[in-house]
Order: sequence, then structure tokens, then C-alpha cells
Amino acid sequence: MVNRFMQSRLRDLVFLAIILFALPAFLSNPFHYDLATQMAIIAATVVGLNLLVGFAGQISLGHAGFFGLGAYFSGIMTGSYGWSSIPALLVGAVLVGIIAWIVGRPILRLKGHYLSMATLAVGFIIAIIINNETWLTGGPDGMPVPSLDIFGWELSPFGSYSLFGMELDGNQAWYLFAALVLLVAVWFAQNLIDSPIGRALRSVHGSEVAARVVGVNTASYKSLVFVISAIYASLMGGLYAHFQGFITPAVAAFDFSIVLITMVVLGGMGSTMGVILGAVVLKLLPQVLADFQELETVMFGLILMLTMIFMPKGLLPTIQMAVSKRMKKKAGGQA
Amino acid sequence: MSALIEVKGLDKAFGGVHAVEGVSFAVEAGQVYSVIGPNGAGKTTLFNLISGIYTPTKGEIRLNGESTAKLEPNQLAERGMCRTFQQMQICMNMTAIENVMLGRHLKLKSNLFSTLFRLPALLRDEQSCRQRAAELMEFVGCGEYLDTEASAMSYGALKRLEIARALAAEPKVILLDEPAAGLNGTETAALEELIRKIADQGTTVMLVEHDMKLVMGISDRLLVLNYGRVLAEGIPEEIRNNPDVIAAYLGG
Ligand SMILES: Nc1ncnc2c1ncn2[C@@H]1O[C@H](COP(=O)(O)OP(=O)(O)OP(=O)(O)O)[C@@H](O)[C@H]1O
Ligand SMILES: [Mg+2]
Repeated sequence: MVNRFMQSRLRDLVFLAIILFALPAFLSNPFHYDLATQMAIIAATVVGLNLLVGFAGQISLGHAGFFGLGAYFSGIMTGSYGWSSIPALLVGAVLVGIIAWIVGRPILRLKGHYLSMATLAVGFIIAIIINNETWLTGGPDGMPVPSLDIFGWELSPFGSYSLFGMELDGNQAWYLFAALVLLVAVWFAQNLIDSPIGRALRSVHGSEVAARVVGVNTASYKSLVFVISAIYASLMGGLYAHFQGFITPAVAAFDFSIVLITMVVLGGMGSTMGVILGAVVLKLLPQVLADFQELETVMFGLILMLTMIFMPKGLLPTIQMAVSKRMKKKAGGQA
Repeated sequence: MSALIEVKGLDKAFGGVHAVEGVSFAVEAGQVYSVIGPNGAGKTTLFNLISGIYTPTKGEIRLNGESTAKLEPNQLAERGMCRTFQQMQICMNMTAIENVMLGRHLKLKSNLFSTLFRLPALLRDEQSCRQRAAELMEFVGCGEYLDTEASAMSYGALKRLEIARALAAEPKVILLDEPAAGLNGTETAALEELIRKIADQGTTVMLVEHDMKLVMGISDRLLVLNYGRVLAEGIPEEIRNNPDVIAAYLGG
């Protein structure tokens, strides 16, 4: 027996892989690759956030905090303490997971606006610490981060590589790596959603009281998904730091938390492919509207509001519904 | 041998309103035990107390001899209690069969590692869980809806789906709060059949229902509540002929 997830899962994954590996045909300069790599990393972050927001129905307005913690932990451990990248990423993820569990346990009892405010506060506190601990983080001026090394193999935007006989520059190599990371992030997310754990998570969203009477410990599951989404953010923050080679407290800032949540809402809460689309669209938008840079946060707020009012299901689910309606109409007309 | 469910001096007040007041009764394993009473009598509140959703203001509930005072609904589920709701509680963000599979939550042991890597053991468990859920949907009479989105199902089908979800947990005792509400004659007859089948399997059933014909025909014992208090308790014959009950129903 095949369920709906199994079918759509494989289809989505293949579709995404094709797009990701066909995209280089349309990328003509290092700037394009740089942007596409950032998109992939942010998209993977948002896929993790969507587990919390879209599937379990909780909210986090402070997720940039976890992204920032991951970025700075990697930056500091590799830059100042000579760690290698992989252990820094993994230890950072574990620490961020523990922090998320400690703060998540009490605040996830809250609902609605109260939860929003509490997560907002968590993000603010992390951003303030990063800003103030200048001796460790460089403060508002930011800090340089060494390039990514994977067990001695260095991946740098300024390097040059060869893969199956193809000559790649550093940006191209980084893009391919980020694309792979995104695919793995999506695969894990899909596996999680379509499982007993995933059902329990979705039931917290669907009907918390129903979940409890069939034996779901809803408090634990909320904490679990909060931790998982924080770990996604931490890992992606770490990769982002290595890729950029320089980080500032902006990676942990409130503005960025809003960008992340807007990507989820715009793309489609509870749709993994949708939130990736959301990430792409909102990452492209500032490029297109470069003249309105100082209004960026306002713009994101506006998009968030308008989506919630006029397109509550989000971009991709709305498009999919419209398409399937048209197809049904067509089929009906022929019959 | 103590009763499966034992309620003693149970009280629940909301502000000044005593929704349940001084209620005591016992349910033996294997019985169909019904709670009836006029609107606002406190039937749903009583179910919410028994299933751990509310904590009593006073009094005690014992499940298999164990006090349930400190137990959360999910811990009661672990001890074999499951229920449906007067205000249906269906996960509309899932398909029909996923709702039923959710009911088997406690039967599935899963860890994060095998989940993330989708290991064969997990897939096998899921497969048999799905199988079992499909059987249950057949059993309650919504077998044709397997992969239908719950949000696209009719009211009557959802009511049965909720029962299937509760049964999926393989409960010792199932609490049904007005399962016949909103159902037509044919559907109610099918429901009566279903409750009989559940009871025949040895599951204890607690039932809140307004449909007197259904209740009188199916119950081993009844509890009549009025304004939160026990008006009468006994076998259907006693309840039918109890003057207080007749007065409350005809007068109220
Ligand atoms: N959460 C609550 N807060 C305040 N009052 C409540 C609450 N739940 C129930 N009540 C009150 O307690 C009383 C009993 O309500 P309950 O829902 O238990 O009645 P019921 O017997 O199930 O009625 P019905 O047949 O209409 O379902 C009512 O007066 C109701 O208003
Ligand atoms: Mg009621």
C-alpha cells in the first residue's frame, strides 16, 4: 500500500533535484552562484522552521537567533580555537538543540500571541548577547570566518575544483554542495513528517486534545520539533558563516527572523516545496527592488500580512489548487 | 474485585457553577454504562473529568483501583482509556486513515534515528499500522475513505472515523460523548450495531446519549444526571420507571 506522502515525496524530491542541478545552466556569473547558494542554505533553514510552524502549528519569531548561534559557534570555534568545521557544526548543533530544549520546554506551554512574544524575546536575547560580547564575537563589526573544511578538504568560494572531469570555480562548487545539503534537509523533513512521530506532530496542530487522549505527550512533541527546527537553523547558520567568510549580528537579528517566518507563510505553511519557493521568492525580491532597500523590513511585514489575509494557504498550495481545479474542469468538459 | 472505573464524591465547579456535584458511581469491566440527563446536566463535564482533561474540584476517580488525580490524558490513554468528543475532534490537516493511525500512537515504538533514515523496521511497523487502521475503518463503516482528506468527509463519516481512532488505541474502556448526535435513523441504527460489536469484543463502553431508544436498548446500567447531581442510577428497567427521572424529563 502506498500512501499519499510516499507518492508526492518521491515526486517532490526528484523535481527539486532536477531544478537544483539544471539551474547552473541559467547562472552566468559568480554573483548568481553566490545568490543561489545563499538561497539553498536559507531554504534548508526554512524547511526546518516549517516543521515547527507549518506541521506542528507552533510559532517562532526568534529563529534567526538559532541560526546566528550556529553561525557564531562555527565562526568562533574554527576561527579563534582552530577547530575543524565538521566538529564545530555538529557540536554547535547539539548545543543549540540543548538551548532550544531548555527555553522551549516552558515557553511552548504558551499559545498564540504569548508564544510569539516569548520566541521573539528569545531571539532578541541571543542577538543582544552576540552584539555585546565583543571580545568573542567582534560585536557589531562582525568577525571573519575561515572557509569550510570537510575532513581536510577545503571548500572555498575562491578555490577551484574538478568534479568528474568538470572544472568548477569555488562558487560553483559551493552551490553544488549547498544544493546537496538542501536535498538532504528536505529528505529528512519528509521522512520525519511521514512517520509516527510526524503524525503526532501534525496532530498537535490538528487537534491537541485529540492527540492527548490517544496518548500523545503533546508537550514533549512540541519541544522535540522546536529542537529539531533549531538544529536545522544552527547547522545552516554554520554553513552560511563558512560560505560568507564574514558574519555580523545581522544573522541573528529580529529582521531576519521575520524574513524566515515570512518565507514559510508566503510559500505555504505545511508544504515543504512551498516554503522553498517562499525562500527563493523573498531572496530574489530585494535584488529586484534594490531601490527600496531601507524599506525592506516594512516590505516583508506587508507581504506577511497580505499573504495571511488573501492567501492563507500560501503560494504553492494555492497554485496547486488552482491547477488541479482547472484540470478537473477540463476532464469534466471532455467527459 | 474492584470496579474498572470508580467515582466517589466528584465535584467540578466553574466559578460559581457546579457542573458536577457529589457524583458517585462504579462501572464494571465489560459493561455498557450510559450517562443521560437534560442539556447542561454535566455529562460532558463528567467525561472530561474521567478522561483527565479537567481536574476535579473535589472527589476521586479510580481506574483499575489507581487514583487518576495526577494523570494527564495521555497517561490515562497508556492505561487503556480512550474517548470521542461531543464537539468532534478530528485532525483536519490529515487524511482519514492518518487520523486512525494516530490512534495507534502508543502501539508504535519509534525513535528519531529510524524515522530520519526511514529504516525498514519503521516501514514495516507503518505498513501493519496502516493495515490495522484500514480494518478498523471498515469495521466502523467508513472503509471507502482511506486516503480522503478528513476535511472533505461528511459529518456522519467523521463521527465514525473518530470512533475508529479511539478503537485503534485498543482501549479497555471507551468513552463516547453523543455519538448519535446529528445522525439520521439509518446511521443511528448502524451506530447501535457498532457499539454492540465493540462491547462484544469485551471493551467497556461509557456512553452519553440523548437518543432514549438507543440508550435503553444497549445499556447494562445507566446514570441519570440533573443539574450536576445524580438523579438515579440502575438498570434500564429501574430508570424507565423512576418517578424522579420521568418528572425531570417531562417537566424539564
Ligand atoms: N469549561 C467550562 N467553563 C464554564 N462552564 C462550563 C464549562 N464546561 C461546562 N460548563 C457548564 O457546566 C454545565 C454542564 O455542562 P456540560 O457540557 O457538562 O453539560 P452536558 O450534560 O454535556 O450538556 P449537553 O447535553 O448540552 O451536552 C453547564 O452549565 C455548562 O455551561
Ligand atoms: Mg455534553
